[in-house]
Amino acid sequence: MSLPNDVELTRPQYVGATVTRREDPRLLSGEGNYVADIKRHGMLHIAFRRSDQAHALIHKIDIGEVLSLPGVIGVYTGKDIAEIAKPYKATSRMKNYQATYIPPLAIDKVRYVGEAVVAVVAESRYIAEDALGLIEVEYRPLPVLVDPEKALEPEAPKLHEQLGSNVLAEREFARGEVAEVFVNAPVTVGGRFHFTRTTPVTLETRAAVAEYDKGAKSLTLHSTTQIPGIVRDKLSEIFDLPGPRVRVIAPDVGGGFGGKTSLYSEEIVASAISRALGKPIKWVSDRMEDLMTTGHAFDEVVYADIAVTKDGEIVGLKADVIGDVGAYSIYPWTATIEPVQVVSFMPGPYRIENYAARVRAVATNKTLTGAYRGVGRPISVFVMDRLLDMAARKIGMDPAEIRRRNLVNDDEFPYKAASGLVWDKSAFQSCLREARDKIGYEELRREQNLARAEGRWVGVGIASYAELTGVGSRIAVAPGMPINTGTETCNVAIDSTGAVTASFGIASQGQGMETTLAQVVAQELGVKLEDVEIILGDTAAVSHSTGTYASRGAVFGGGAGTLAAQAVREKIIRVAGHLLEAAEEDIEVGDGNVWVKGTDSKMTIRDLARALYSNMGSVPKEMRDEIDNLEATKVYDPFFGTTTAATHMCLVEVDPETYNAKIKKYIVVEDCGKVINPMIANGQAHGGVAQGIGVALMEEVIHDDTGQVLTASLVDYVVPSAVEVPSMDVMHVEAELPGTIGGFRGLGEGGTIGAPACIANAISDALSPLGVEIMELPATPERLFRLIEAAKSL
Amino acid sequence: MKGKIEIRVTVNGEEHHASVEPRLLLADFIRENLDLTGTHVGCEHGICGACTVLMNGDSVRACLTLAVQADGAEVETVESLGDSENLGSLQRAFREHHALQCGFCTPGMLMTATDMLRKYPLETEDEIRVGLSGNICRCTGYQHIVDAISAARDERNKK
Repeated sequence: MSLPNDVELTRPQYVGATVTRREDPRLLSGEGNYVADIKRHGMLHIAFRRSDQAHALIHKIDIGEVLSLPGVIGVYTGKDIAEIAKPYKATSRMKNYQATYIPPLAIDKVRYVGEAVVAVVAESRYIAEDALGLIEVEYRPLPVLVDPEKALEPEAPKLHEQLGSNVLAEREFARGEVAEVFVNAPVTVGGRFHFTRTTPVTLETRAAVAEYDKGAKSLTLHSTTQIPGIVRDKLSEIFDLPGPRVRVIAPDVGGGFGGKTSLYSEEIVASAISRALGKPIKWVSDRMEDLMTTGHAFDEVVYADIAVTKDGEIVGLKADVIGDVGAYSIYPWTATIEPVQVVSFMPGPYRIENYAARVRAVATNKTLTGAYRGVGRPISVFVMDRLLDMAARKIGMDPAEIRRRNLVNDDEFPYKAASGLVWDKSAFQSCLREARDKIGYEELRREQNLARAEGRWVGVGIASYAELTGVGSRIAVAPGMPINTGTETCNVAIDSTGAVTASFGIASQGQGMETTLAQVVAQELGVKLEDVEIILGDTAAVSHSTGTYASRGAVFGGGAGTLAAQAVREKIIRVAGHLLEAAEEDIEVGDGNVWVKGTDSKMTIRDLARALYSNMGSVPKEMRDEIDNLEATKVYDPFFGTTTAATHMCLVEVDPETYNAKIKKYIVVEDCGKVINPMIANGQAHGGVAQGIGVALMEEVIHDDTGQVLTASLVDYVVPSAVEVPSMDVMHVEAELPGTIGGFRGLGEGGTIGAPACIANAISDALSPLGVEIMELPATPERLFRLIEAAKSL
Repeated sequence: MKGKIEIRVTVNGEEHHASVEPRLLLADFIRENLDLTGTHVGCEHGICGACTVLMNGDSVRACLTLAVQADGAEVETVESLGDSENLGSLQRAFREHHALQCGFCTPGMLMTATDMLRKYPLETEDEIRVGLSGNICRCTGYQHIVDAISAARDERNKK
């Protein structure tokens, strides 16, 4: 056997390599373990009777003969649950914020269609659903608020009688002389933009299995959650149980996209009933429930204007955002999470000195809005990049050129955006430049001109954006929230069998973190990739964690994993120095071995672990006392976080007969720092863009005037299929790496942030001969038909 | 619900006899009675395709099929394609092309693709995309799934 003295050969660069995923074999063969797959002895099932009224007093709940139905175990109302579990609310230190209590089951009043009112426990889900039909709930209807602009009015009925108004949060930003520049600006454009309400639609609906062990007085909750740590902490409070006796586990989870980043009533009700009965309780949402109750997304009206010079320089920006946040302020993020982010990110990657904005989060009789992939930024980019195109059109400038003139240049970083966010250096300009070159921008314009000459509606779209990812303790993910979203923990341990385990509190919902985090830890520790076990999504694994959201997994997990692996590596080197009788600086670690550089003196880390733990005498007591074990727990706080930037470009054609907008070309050029696994990074971009296509062209939660959800099935709420999503090109610009550990930037949300704006710009460009501007998404065939008909009749 | 019905269903080559309520969904029969939890239920109304299985060689929605309708039938589920220690060729193609992320739609995708690969030439990307249009994937944007099925088609055509 040859001597492992070549560091490059023996310490493979796992980070940056395309490695097939370790989670795949079980997921491809039906051997995964999703919450719905969990079975326990004596397990009971819950089904919920949900409100069919948007706003009403609960006059009477008549359970009739339900309890005599064979197999029915119990019926619980809001008042019953309130005796076991306290109501909860999302607090915030933000000024002008009003929290709302959220009862796990409605008490006295319902505030949206789909709100859980009664829980039935039975021996099977079939029986539980049979029982629901026998329960009668009598309501006394109240005035329904579905229009946030009406809910704002002082005389509007209040959703929460104890609050001063329906405005749950309000914030204003101002920098520079906005009023003045608008008066003096040579060119201004603006209008009313509308981003309708969407819903995450994870393929796996939400589910929970709660197991209360009466003997141990402990609760274990398996949940389809992205935030096991946050759920654990809150359940500990709600049930008054110490942390170690509440364990929340997110096993294989079938997609998250932000929809699973909130605490849900069903998790509390299942836990409460399990505690009351001492039996395992299972709840699996059906799709209708999921569409009506999983945190909705977006739903904002934005009045925005931009002022530019004749040379296309942006001199001022104004925005007034009204966010329809639904019936309650969602836990833990609060009603601010989505709309406040819209104004924070509105200036985007552009140099804008003068900016004024106001945002109001308004309660209505709809499902709560929460976090969804991109959070706020898909609409802020939609508004900003639409405004830029409108301005470019007015001054006769190419849309790529107006961006080039306004994007923050390489020598201007760190750049403090007008809303106060600070961009660290990121490849704003080179993403634009590379996207232009790669897609063949000039050629695309020529193609477009030829098509236009034939009377076809063909357009080119561009969107550039910046997002803050891996946000550390400097800024809370939602303003003023009392939860620390700025750190994550990793424990790396080599045990007495010599096996390596890296444990994290963050959870995976398909991002492949078992693979990417193993790549990072294996490389930093100096062991083989396949020899690192990865534990995720289990509150028993680390003492504090919040979870996976806000494009933080790679930055936080990679960072904490690196720190912990490096600390264990140092311990390995100390022990190896003793065992191999060499100076520590001569010890090399790689591929699961330690050796003395330039010699054949070598041993495996496995043998080293056995020597330390089990062969007493081989490592002196003083050294053992000093290093304790081959284990380290490290916490990483990226403090500011880091900027991920991208430019998207696309070519779209609108069919003059069906009014369907078809995406014919699509390119993403992004700077997400050091790429851990290019294959996985590309997959994230593809999936993000696909969801952005849904937002741009298809997806919309529709309520009627009485607050009924008209899109409570996947027939009515349409998400993209393989036919609507084109093949796309994705390029990663690994320009100057950021200051995060490993140089990682977050990339999970980007695709969804850029795509709606890019597609809206392309459609507007295609229809520019008619003077149509896309101000509202999704641009469904029906909307396009109406816009085109209206434009033609002018 | 009274009155159970005797059924005989062959699943992945193994014959099962059961006495079931007429309303029992095939998806629930497979998952609950047979413990084959690879077949996932994503919508219970026939749109998402996660529950797709093959019944007598044709892809069907196990959420829109009653167990009693499968009486006398041959059913194939994802578990028939290979296990985690011995993946079949289509499963390997999915892995190599990163055609899955969360994995929830994957069993349905694999069974639909199995059906397509057995029956159709799949000469063009469009043909593959149209074939997949009854299966929703929310993670991958489909591109890698199309790549994996194209590779599996090439492999098939070599034989």
